[in-house]
Amino acid sequence: MDRQFYVFSVMALLRPLLLDVVPTIQQTAALALGRLANYNDDLAEAVVKGDILPQLVYSLAEQNRFYKKAAAFVLRAVGKHSPQLAQAIVDCGALDTLVICLEDFDPGVKEAAAWALGYIARHNAELSQAVVDAGAVPLLVLCIQEPEIALKRIAVSALSDIAKHSPELAQTVVDAGVIAHLAQMILNPDAKLKRQVLSALSQIAKHSVDLAEMVVEAEIFPVVLTCLKDKDEYVKKNASTLIREIAKHTPELSQLIVNAGGVAAVIDCIGSCKGNIRLPGIMLLGYVAAHSENLAMAVIISKGVPQLSLCLSEEPEDHIKAAAAWALGHIGRHTPEHARAVAVTNTLPVLLSLYMSTESSEDLQVKSKKAIKNILQKCTYLPALEPFLYDAPPNILKHVVGQFSKVLPHDSKARRLFVTSGGLKKVQEIKAEPGSLLQEYINSINNCYPEEIVRYYSPGYSETLLQRVDSYQPLTN
Amino acid sequence: MATLARLQARSKSIAQQYYYRNSVVDIFRKKENDAAIKIQSWFRGCQVRAYIRYLHRVATIIQKRWRGYLGRQQYQVIVKLAYYTMKMNLYNAMAVRIQRRWRGYKIRKYCFNYYYLKEYLKAVSETNDAIREALEEFAEMKEREEKKADLEREEKERDYQARKMHYLLSTKQIPGIYNSPFRKDPDPWELRLQKAKPLTHRRPEVKRKRSICLSDWLACTSARSFPRSGILPPIDRKRCQGPFRDISEVLEQRYKPLEPTLRVAEPIDGLTEARAQLQKQEWARNVNDNMFLPFSSYHKNKKYVPTMHLSSKYGPDVYGTQHFRDENPKRWICNKDFQTVLPSFDLFSKYGKMYSKAGQIV
Repeated sequence: MDRQFYVFSVMALLRPLLLDVVPTIQQTAALALGRLANYNDDLAEAVVKGDILPQLVYSLAEQNRFYKKAAAFVLRAVGKHSPQLAQAIVDCGALDTLVICLEDFDPGVKEAAAWALGYIARHNAELSQAVVDAGAVPLLVLCIQEPEIALKRIAVSALSDIAKHSPELAQTVVDAGVIAHLAQMILNPDAKLKRQVLSALSQIAKHSVDLAEMVVEAEIFPVVLTCLKDKDEYVKKNASTLIREIAKHTPELSQLIVNAGGVAAVIDCIGSCKGNIRLPGIMLLGYVAAHSENLAMAVIISKGVPQLSLCLSEEPEDHIKAAAAWALGHIGRHTPEHARAVAVTNTLPVLLSLYMSTESSEDLQVKSKKAIKNILQKCTYLPALEPFLYDAPPNILKHVVGQFSKVLPHDSKARRLFVTSGGLKKVQEIKAEPGSLLQEYINSINNCYPEEIVRYYSPGYSETLLQRVDSYQPLTN
Repeated sequence: MATLARLQARSKSIAQQYYYRNSVVDIFRKKENDAAIKIQSWFRGCQVRAYIRYLHRVATIIQKRWRGYLGRQQYQVIVKLAYYTMKMNLYNAMAVRIQRRWRGYKIRKYCFNYYYLKEYLKAVSETNDAIREALEEFAEMKEREEKKADLEREEKERDYQARKMHYLLSTKQIPGIYNSPFRKDPDPWELRLQKAKPLTHRRPEVKRKRSICLSDWLACTSARSFPRSGILPPIDRKRCQGPFRDISEVLEQRYKPLEPTLRVAEPIDGLTEARAQLQKQEWARNVNDNMFLPFSSYHKNKKYVPTMHLSSKYGPDVYGTQHFRDENPKRWICNKDFQTVLPSFDLFSKYGKMYSKAGQIV
């Protein structure tokens, strides 16, 4: 209550200063308001409630560039906190004035205006639509072509915020001819600009196949792959996000990325990063492998599986582990060759432990369970399946035993290995209801072996032998 | 007459003798009768036994012939079945051979080119290696450039410093700071100062040029669809001389795609395979493995306990089997039924003993 009163009194003091004769006082008052509104959203609301905005907007049209910069700063500071405040800014007609500021000569004014527009458009689709309706997009595209790096950054980030909400908005942005400029700017050495450019391209490409194809037609491959080797972590992350958004739409686009060698570059990038930076790369591998088995085989020969299993075991966070488990599931689910490639790297026990542990989040458990199920259905690599006989829960155990019953009748070396490694003993110990599918599988496994061996390994055989010893009468000669 | 008298005198003794001889024999009569009977019965028994033996022999022969006939019938049925099985096995084996060849041909010709796939994967891995090398080179180049830029920057700074301090250069009369007479060699700064040109007025800054264009590296493949193995004719094909048919027609016929009938297009157990695949997909996709039971069965949680008749492993009894509780009149001790010890209730005991004398029981 006290604070509110205090705030309102400050606003009441600053407001007349905005109308002062001396221009410097006006500018400083505006700057002060901007800094206050920037700090806290209560203060920003107070700025709105204090009816300061219409005054600002009115004087924006007329004053010099310093005042324009300060006023745009106030609008940005108010608009960044919440959609309601941004809506208030739009309601008082600030958008047109900001768009007029975008045509100003001074690059500082343009930057401030573009920044304010970007923050307003960030919140939701209606506000972005309002910004687009005010005619900001062509002017922003012109701002991109300016030589000042800071202006370029802000303009690109504003376009990215506009395009991210819906396909129509992205299409509007693309129609202004922005993709060609963005594609050229990927080569710029400035790291922050590259971040924004890559993020803008990924926001455009994510909505639909046509937009992704347009982005690809701008010939960003293989230049984008050089961004994966950049020193800045976020450039790498945004580059892998862009590639992921392109790859996830259709198999043809994934094919294109594989042909350009993108998968290898992304795998190297995953190897060199830690934490959340890896996540888009992991998801890219999952999307590429999910489309078809040839693409999954391409991922395997690019040495993606050891990298993914490393991520799975190393990473501390659950959502990254869940993404790695999902990607491995998609790689391994196509044919026995793929399942073998995944099983050879010893990831299945890790997946099983993640599924069974109580500390994993529910998402991680569900994803690792699906991955195990998908890989198990096709896995015929028996050494990897044997640990499952010992610790798996019953619903998975049934399928493991089913896989054994499919492979063992045809392979004599596998049968021998199965006996010597103790698998037959474990199978005898499994209790199954007679007539169930599990019992049928166990019977078909037992039929592969001579009866003495099955009896030898059945539980309680030593007791029966000792009973026979007890009841045996030696022949008295 | 004398004979007569003699006979009459002897008649009593004759009668006695007669009686005596008959009565003596009487003792043995029974015995001899029994013996005769025994002999006769034994003999008759032998006769009957011989007859029975004869009958047995004959019956055995008849049974033997009959059983042989039945067995031969059975044997014919078995032979027919075995022959049929053998034929069907042979046909199946031959059909499998044909199917094997056909499937191999179809897959190799129309559906999947294994060698092309292998080539493609090799090409992908080679591209990957090339990209990896190129990217490493790029990273190294960037590092080198950075280091060079750093060095240059330092050099420029030192140069600038030298240009600002050019007045500290030593003259002929006065040695400068960096050129002390007690040193053997002048300090390197001294040489730098010698080379430096004094600063002039500030000129406007020159704009920095753009960095090298890296887009002319590996050729970007613009083929976005999955590349097919080429069956197109070469582009610059000389026109064959003579009245030949149009090349496009010929190629159309030659490379006509396979149009299998509906019967052939699907495998014969397509339905079961599709079902199994659907089950597998469902199993992999479902989060919860337990089947949802309909709610009407929610309360039916008791396990079914079959009756003794159904749970016996020997099946139901043959009709006519006797059980413990069945009545067996042949084993009853006497013919009488049970007697009532307690009187029945008196519904009819009052019958005829009422007031009216009609129908009186005696």
